[in-house]
This record gives sequence, structure tokens and C-alpha cells, in this order.
Amino acid sequence: MSAPSDAPKLYEAQEPVFPRRVSGYFRTLKWWIMGITLGIYYLTPWIRWDRGPNLPDQAVLVDMANRRFFFFWIEIWPHEFYFVAGLLIMAGLGLFLFTSALGRVWCGYSCPQTVWTDLFILVERWIEGDRNARLRLWNAPWSAKKARLRVTKWTVWMLIAIATGGAWVFYFADAPTLLVQLFTGQAPFVAYGSVAVLTATTFIFGGFLREQVCIYMCPWPRIQAAMMDEDTLTVAYRDWRGEPRGKKHENTTGDCIDCMACVNVCPQGIDIRDGQQLECITCALCIDACDDIMAKIGKPRGLIDYCTLADEGRERAGEPPRPAWKHIVRPRTIVYTALWTLVGVGLLVALFIRTDLTMSVAPVRNPTFVTMSDGTIRNTYEVRLRNQTGAPRELHLSVTSPEVLRIELEGTPELSIEVPADSTYNQRVYLYARPGSPAAEAARTDARIWVEDPGSTTRAYSDTIFHGSGE
Amino acid sequence: MARKLDKTEEMPTTGHEWDGIREYDTPMPRWWILTFYGTIIFSVIYVILYPAIPLVNGATPGILGYSTRAEVAEEIAAFRDANAALDEQLVETELTAIADDADLNRYATAGGAAIFKTYCAQCHGAGAAGAVGYPNLLDDAWLWGGDIENIHQTISHGIRSDTDFDTRFSEMPAFGDNYLSDEEITAVAEYVYSLTNDDADATLAAAGAETFVNECSACHGENAEGNIDLGAPNLADAIWLYGGDRETLIETITYSRAGMMPPWVDRLTEAQIRQVSAYVHQLGGGE
Repeated sequence: MSAPSDAPKLYEAQEPVFPRRVSGYFRTLKWWIMGITLGIYYLTPWIRWDRGPNLPDQAVLVDMANRRFFFFWIEIWPHEFYFVAGLLIMAGLGLFLFTSALGRVWCGYSCPQTVWTDLFILVERWIEGDRNARLRLWNAPWSAKKARLRVTKWTVWMLIAIATGGAWVFYFADAPTLLVQLFTGQAPFVAYGSVAVLTATTFIFGGFLREQVCIYMCPWPRIQAAMMDEDTLTVAYRDWRGEPRGKKHENTTGDCIDCMACVNVCPQGIDIRDGQQLECITCALCIDACDDIMAKIGKPRGLIDYCTLADEGRERAGEPPRPAWKHIVRPRTIVYTALWTLVGVGLLVALFIRTDLTMSVAPVRNPTFVTMSDGTIRNTYEVRLRNQTGAPRELHLSVTSPEVLRIELEGTPELSIEVPADSTYNQRVYLYARPGSPAAEAARTDARIWVEDPGSTTRAYSDTIFHGSGE
Repeated sequence: MARKLDKTEEMPTTGHEWDGIREYDTPMPRWWILTFYGTIIFSVIYVILYPAIPLVNGATPGILGYSTRAEVAEEIAAFRDANAALDEQLVETELTAIADDADLNRYATAGGAAIFKTYCAQCHGAGAAGAVGYPNLLDDAWLWGGDIENIHQTISHGIRSDTDFDTRFSEMPAFGDNYLSDEEITAVAEYVYSLTNDDADATLAAAGAETFVNECSACHGENAEGNIDLGAPNLADAIWLYGGDRETLIETITYSRAGMMPPWVDRLTEAQIRQVSAYVHQLGGGE
């Protein structure tokens, strides 16, 4: 098979994008969101939260080694992982809700790729100047000045990247201790490895790959198309108002003066006037840029604006668009909100009804029962007691059943055991039925094993089965 | 700029068309293709360094000499080293004092459970419930004693071993061997049966009682309560190693029983034997 002579190239170099500085409503909003999200990310591990002497005092801590997740006053154990699952479901539904209402608002405002790229571009602008200066520098041959600017920029990027990778590991260990360990070479290898990988990804993704991540790596641009409909607010160009475009003195009738401001500020390097496209992350900077120009030439704002497909016909016919809230509030978003709220309320209820003392009982089934020398029938149970408080507790075990059963604990003549703070304790428990008693001769008898903390009124139970010698 | 969407310029396509949908033929990003070549280079280096290409017997070894088997062996050795201090402590601690040290006890029983499932479960069962002829280790009846020292002795030297001079040994005569008549055996069996059952023939049992005192009580005791020094089982309790029905009793008395257990002193370390002892002792029947 021979390729036609005008076959396109197999590959081509990334075309650098030099977004121009812009100011306006959406840029201000984005600065705030950047400050808040980065602040949360970098500072959260340093918030302290006193939980008493037996528990860590870090407000947010994912303690892998001890299998605990701490979030302020909430402590999640592995068997409560459904909380995390629930939060992930809420995150998913939230993404559906925001995407169906506001398009790729996640991409444009709060995706880490966007936020860090924004930060890296800010640094770039401080050091190398705005769009035109950066373009000139890019095209200039290597010189001492270019090298100095580049090295300075890369150094600052690298410091941000290290801080980013570094902040991540603080979520998994006591932050002040780990910080000292990191600098003294005492930290575990996995900490250095995580910092190195995240530093590298932050540096490369934020500094060099930027829009390439959104266009070629991220699956979300592909998925989001299924979430949007004609009522979704997306960034769009009102071509019926702007076209035919042209310079002001060319006496064209459209409002667009083809000043390229919208293109020059775009971090994705696209022209929004070509219509909605996969590359657009709806960061809305082109809206700010265009509004600025419209004000200067004395035209109303909104040539580029958040629009919906549903309004296009109305607007072409000269009618005003419907207000945004009428697009946002519609059955689809109401259903998403309802589902989101349902899961959230479910999690809250689960959070408030859970107890700090739980148990699980696993009957030993090999064998199901043991006959003792006097004919007594014994069943064995592996009982897990979970003391989810920060203090050790003396726990008392007992049994209730329609028939007469006696309880004993392995290794102690007492019916109480001390369970250390914030821990799971495995205790083998025996239930006995006297020879010839109904429970001894029946095949199965219901039994309920209780655990209680005599110091408080907390108690819990677990239902199980007592196996007798009957068939 | 990622893509020039200029309406006046036709984008190149691959020529493929499905229901009017045509496929763009846009160049790949250079970084993408460099990454792709990078993975190819990586795979070549990997194949040279690590075992990779399957052959008839095994695979190419790779110049680093890496093997998962060797890695497992290293990990096992590392665990042995890590446990060495505990093993030493276990051997030096009095058997009866192991249970008092919570950490040591946890180590001993956890290790003992693993050893039990490797070496003991074949006869005694994975749950230690035993089988006909193989004692149940969960109950409170012990042929040779159920305190941890007796259990340790039994595991170390076995029962009726012909290779270990310290083994536990006793021998029940085969009474059917021209020693007792069939009628006498039936009567003794009926007497033993009557000790734990209400439906025995009282006359026959009474006749058997006399033979029992003469022939059996030396080992099994006058009240058939057994004797752990001789490994003679209690015949008056609810637990039967071979079975407590009339037929089985007659068979036992006629032909005798002599179960065997191998000694483990030469096959397991002292620490391991102590681990199994502690494990068996805490199964629920330990004395």
C-alpha cells in the first residue's frame, strides 16, 4: 500500500501556547478558587486536632499502617469504608450535576491540572513577561538572558512541584514528624518515591504538557459529551451577533472586530469562535477578554458568553436569552441533586447512628460442636471486638438465647476483658449446653452474644447459631 | 494550537468512511510518539535485565539474575531472622508461663496454628476435631494428659514410636487371642456399654463387671476412669476414640487398639514444638 504523496505527517511538535494576561469577573473568580483550593491542599495536613493521648492529633490523616482514616472529629475504620464509597458516589453525582448544568466547569475552574497550570503560567508571566515578551523570548536565540530567565522559571516551578509532591505525603503520616524525617533522610522510601513521582508529574504536566493533558490524556472530555444537553451552559460565541467579523474601519456589520483577544488569552490555544470543541475547558477567560474589548468599542458585553444551545434559535430571532437559572433548574439537574442529597443524608444518618463499640461473631464450623467428656456440648466462636474510642475499655460479654446456654472466654475465668484504645481485639468465646438439654439435642438454637461497656451504657450484640448434636 | 479548525481548509482524512462519518488523519503529538518509542526501549532493556522470554524449560534468566523464588527465600530468611529473638525467648520460657506473656503467647499460638495445619492436620483435622482413631484435641479428654507439659512431651516424642526411646508407650492386650471367651468379651463390652448408656442388659453387664475388675481395671481403673500415665482412656465419659457402640467395643476388646503418633523432636525445632504445644493447649481443652 503506497501512501499518497500529500499524506499528513505522522507526528508534529506541540505548538506552544502563550496565554495573555486578562482581568475580569471570571479571572477574579478563578484567582479565588485557585487560592482556596491550593490553600486547602497545602495547609490541611498541618491542622491539628486533639483526640487524646492514644490517637494522632492530625486533623486529616490517612493512616495506612493502622488502617484508619481521620477527618477532624470523624474516624473511619476499614469496616466503615462505605463512607468513602458514599463520598465517591457523591463526587460522581456532583460531577454529573455540575456538568449537565454548567458544562466542563470542573475542568475550567477546579481540576488540579487547570489550577496548577494556572499557577505555573502566573510564575511564567512574572519571570518572562506577558504573551508578547514570552513569544519574543521563545523565538530569540539562546543567550545569557534567556538562559537566566528559563533557569529561574524552572527553579520556581520545581520548588512548587516539590511542595506539591511533598504536601501529598503529609496526608499519610504525622506532618511535622515526616517533614523533619524528609529533610534528615529518615523518611521511609515510599515517602521519597511518592514525592519524586508527584514532583515530576506536577513539573511536567504544569510546566510543559499543560493543554496536552486535557486534549490527549484525560478521559473526561470524551465522557462529558454524554452529560451535556441543549440546556447546559457552555462558553460560546454569538456568531449571529459577531459575524461578519472585521476590523472596525472595514465597515462590517458584525460586532466581532477580529482582534484575537479571545484567542490570545486561551490557555488551550483554540479559537472559541469556531464553536464548541473538545479542547475547550470552559475556563471563561475569553469571556473576560471579549467583554473588555466590547467595553472599549462601546458595544454591549457578552459577544462571547455562557450560552445554551436551547437559546440559539431565540437569540437568532432577536429575542433575549432565557435567564440562566431557568436552564440550570430542570428535571435532570433536580434528579441529580435529589440523588446527591439522598446519598448525603444517608451517610449523615449512618454517621450519627454508628456506635463506638461494635462486634462481629464468626462461629467456628470445623467442627460445628465439640462433645465434652461429661456430655456437655460446646460451640466455639471467634469474636472480634472493636473499641472505637481513644481510651481502653473493660468489656463484658454475655449470651442470651431461648434455651439455656453458658458462656466462657478462652484464656480467662472472667467474663470481662480489657480492649486497648482504638483497636480490634480477637477473643475466642465458648458456649456450653448441658448434656440432654434442649440446646444440646437440637440441631440449631438461636443465640445472641452481647458486649457491653459497664462504664457507659454502650452495648452491642451479634446474632449467631448454637449447633447441638441433633440432626 | 492543537487543531486548526478552519472552515475554508479541508482537514486531511484517512479515507475511511462509515455512514458519512469520516476519520480525521491528524498527526500525533511528538511527545506521544517519543513516549511510545521510550516504552519500546524500556521493554528491550527489561528483556535483557530480567527473566522474560519463555523457553521449553523455564525462561531466559536475564543478566541481573533476578528470580521471584529467590526473593521469596530471602523474605522467609528475613522473617526467620526477625523472629529469632522471639524463638529464643519461647525456648527459654517455662512452658506453663508462655500463656502469661500476651505477646509471646500470640506469637506462639499464631505460629503453632500454621505448623499444626502443615504437620498435624492430616490426622487430627484442620480444625483439630480428630477422627475415628485420631484424638479430638478440642475436648477435655486427654489420653496422656492435657496440660501443656504433657502435650509438649507427646508432640516431641510421639506415641508408640519405634524410633524414639522416650516415646509414650502402653499396650492393651488382644483379649480375643485365646484369652477371654467370646461370651466373656460380650459381657465385658456390655458392662462398658452400661457405664454410659441406659439401655444395657443389666444381667449381662453384671457378669461383665466381674471380668472387668479382674482383667481391665489395672489400667482403666476400678471405676473405668482411665489412667493418663498409661494412656488408658476413661471408659465412663462421653468421648470415644474408636466408638462406644457394642460392636466397636467388642472389636476393641478382641483385637486391642494401638494408635501411633510420630515423634517430632527430630523434624521440628524446639521453638516450633513449643508453638504447636501452646496452640493445642489453647484450643479449648487444655488443662
